Amino acid sequence: MVDYMKSNRREVIAGVVLVTLLATYLGTHPRGASTYVMTIWANQCLILGLAACAQFFAVVVRGIDLSVGAVMALTNCIASYLLDGSAVGIAMGMVAVPVAGALCGLLNGLVIVYGRIQPIVVTLATASIFVGIALLLRPTPGGAVNYDLADAMTLDLLGMPTALIITVVVVLGFWLPFRRTGLGLGLYALGSSEQAAFQSGIDTRVIRLAAFTLAGLFGGLAGLFYSFVTTTGDAGIAAGFTLNSIAAVVLGGVLLRGGVGSLIGALAGAFILKTIASLMFFSGIPSLAQPLFEGMILAAAIAIGGADVLRARNKLEVFS
Amino acid sequence: MRRRAGTRAAAPFIAITMSGNGTPLLEMRNISKHFGATKALDGVDFTCNAGEVHAVLGENGAGKSTLMKLIAGVLQPTQGQLCVDGREVFLATPQAALRQGLVCMFQELSLVPDLTVRENLLLGAPGAGLGWLRGTGLEKAQDVLTRIGGAQIRMNARVADLTLPQRQQVEIAKAIMKKPRLLILDEATSALSASVVEQVFDLVREERDSGTAVLFISHRFHEIEALADRISVFRNGQRVETFMKGDHSYSEIIGMMVGQKIEELFPPKSPAREGSDVVLDVRNYTWEGRVRNVSLSVRRGQILGLGGLDGQGQGAFLMGLFGLLRKADGTTAISGQIADIRSPKDAKRQDVSLAYIPEDRKTEGLILDQSIRENLELAALGRPDLDAGDPALYAGSLDQLALKHGGLNLPVSSLSGGNQQKVVLAKWLALNPRCLLLADPTRGIDVKTKTQIYAILRQLADQGTAIVLLSTDYEELIQLCDETHVFFDGEVVAALSGDDLTPENIIAATLNVATPSRAAHG
Repeated sequence: MVDYMKSNRREVIAGVVLVTLLATYLGTHPRGASTYVMTIWANQCLILGLAACAQFFAVVVRGIDLSVGAVMALTNCIASYLLDGSAVGIAMGMVAVPVAGALCGLLNGLVIVYGRIQPIVVTLATASIFVGIALLLRPTPGGAVNYDLADAMTLDLLGMPTALIITVVVVLGFWLPFRRTGLGLGLYALGSSEQAAFQSGIDTRVIRLAAFTLAGLFGGLAGLFYSFVTTTGDAGIAAGFTLNSIAAVVLGGVLLRGGVGSLIGALAGAFILKTIASLMFFSGIPSLAQPLFEGMILAAAIAIGGADVLRARNKLEVFS
Repeated sequence: MRRRAGTRAAAPFIAITMSGNGTPLLEMRNISKHFGATKALDGVDFTCNAGEVHAVLGENGAGKSTLMKLIAGVLQPTQGQLCVDGREVFLATPQAALRQGLVCMFQELSLVPDLTVRENLLLGAPGAGLGWLRGTGLEKAQDVLTRIGGAQIRMNARVADLTLPQRQQVEIAKAIMKKPRLLILDEATSALSASVVEQVFDLVREERDSGTAVLFISHRFHEIEALADRISVFRNGQRVETFMKGDHSYSEIIGMMVGQKIEELFPPKSPAREGSDVVLDVRNYTWEGRVRNVSLSVRRGQILGLGGLDGQGQGAFLMGLFGLLRKADGTTAISGQIADIRSPKDAKRQDVSLAYIPEDRKTEGLILDQSIRENLELAALGRPDLDAGDPALYAGSLDQLALKHGGLNLPVSSLSGGNQQKVVLAKWLALNPRCLLLADPTRGIDVKTKTQIYAILRQLADQGTAIVLLSTDYEELIQLCDETHVFFDGEVVAALSGDDLTPENIIAATLNVATPSRAAHG
């Protein structure tokens, strides 16, 4: 147990912080820990949580994905066309929206791997393209999502918020098994030491392609869930989600240098960030001052994460 | 043979090679590998037979590691052919080499630091694709680890938390579990203790006896004595000779490694100046267990050599003198004054006036995309008594160094390696340093420029500069240096000067054996 906590200390810290914040939030909320409060909280958290998952796959291979928000905007707009009407049409739309996200990610990956261009440049460019398409689809917010489906995904099941159930499914049904596959291992190897991965006979190109495709897939899932929560399509949501997804993975203990962190951490980071925002909403801090406080909390979290540098005994290591 | 019986179509070939009539397992014909102007390997023929341990010997830079990387598919040859079982193959990636059964245990460790031991073993293990990892072969790896004294290494420990010897043990297990047909051990045991080395050797002999070819690179003669069947000596990118163990004595082998004396490369040494002032005096320098109790002093006009195998603390010591290391113990005195040097900025102060030429000029010595002029100004910037923008500051040293360039405004990356090194030198010479610290300044530089740099160093010494020269080249330590200190495991194990400055003594000291004669019989 001690061993486990030591090797996963980043996730453990993020978990403790999250539980503390949530307890404070529910304690100060006028309606307390009711299903209603929990459901709204969980929906907000899961949107950013899925975006953070998308960012995690890019960051863990020592990349970054500035198109996470753009993929969300695009898939959200697509969903606003496809998720209404006949049952069969909706079912196909449920598949088509994440696939669209995955294709966006695959495009990022192809340009990064075969164009040999840094992820930050590629995703900055593709982000504009994705938002551009989204704006063509939805010049102004609109469209509709089937209400029954939206309710099923965003309310609760026997008092348990559906968003939390989805979170558990992502972790238990996807992440934990995925971590035990060659691809899951390869992601970390690539991010931690590309040279060692290459020398161990790993196909680094396939792994990097897969990482960005997964990032796109989760961006698409985030866009899909966002559609269920808002039931409209809006092309203007990109910027905020991209930046917050980066903040979330950092808070969740995922190192931007790659190779360290987990999807659980990324989810926890996103939940922390959203809980802080909710807390401030009820804490009486003027809403104009909220970005200031959010920024300070984020800066403090990153500073703690960077404290390892103080242990370097060779000054040149600080720069590497 | 049993566990190999099922492996692909290759099995019949093993039978042939085992019986010893014909096709070698691996044959390299006329292989060359060039890095720009540097010829790491030049027209090498090399063969490797199944069931044999083939040792490869040579100085640093002789081309051994390049040869191994070609076989492991990490590098591809500039020209020449590589044949496995007599059929020509092209090894584009390490995967391609693995499919041929060519497995390398790399000198630079190939373990991923952030993953656990178990995960590292699974990485690229036979049969492990991108899908579910079943963990086949882990028992074998655990078995190997136990046999080579690594039983206490926990499978779920992070590799970054392991000690260097433990990482080498994991590397060995990782290589063996891939069931190699050709196993390359590149300095595989450099950090292991003698008893563990013996266990590793037992394992390697067992592999050999079951038909594996083993390529063995080591700097330790007693290890080669213990393990090798056949020996090849490399020098300057060429294979000098291949012979069975016992055909040549140690001094003959060392002679082959060192090669012909090229005295005319080096300027004549100046007569010893016993009376001149001590410029740099270091007492009991210690850092992090990697440098231990080093004391030495350099006089005006003296060139002091620092020798030893890679990573024995000499590089860290030089960095430490220049203020790059934190929490180091010991005292440094400059011209009799105790100096507290905590950063390069302290080190270049007028009253200290040290200059450091780093080992990797491309990343640490130069800003490649900036112009030659801007690079030249970098060292003088921040010295209140100097005007970094004044071209006159550099004119003298550029003349002296005979820098070949197409204009000072061109990026420094447009220069050849040798001329880049001259820019690094020139920027520090502008400060007129009292003591020059150089970390392997001639690595990867052509012979002509080397000769120029030797002449300049001697000239600077004659003008009164004290010089500390770290080198991996025995010739430099002997021909250029007035005195050479050899590092082993963080300590100075020998201080050689005058007639003691011989290749045999230096090699003996780098291997930390008392005298070459004892090494030969021990």
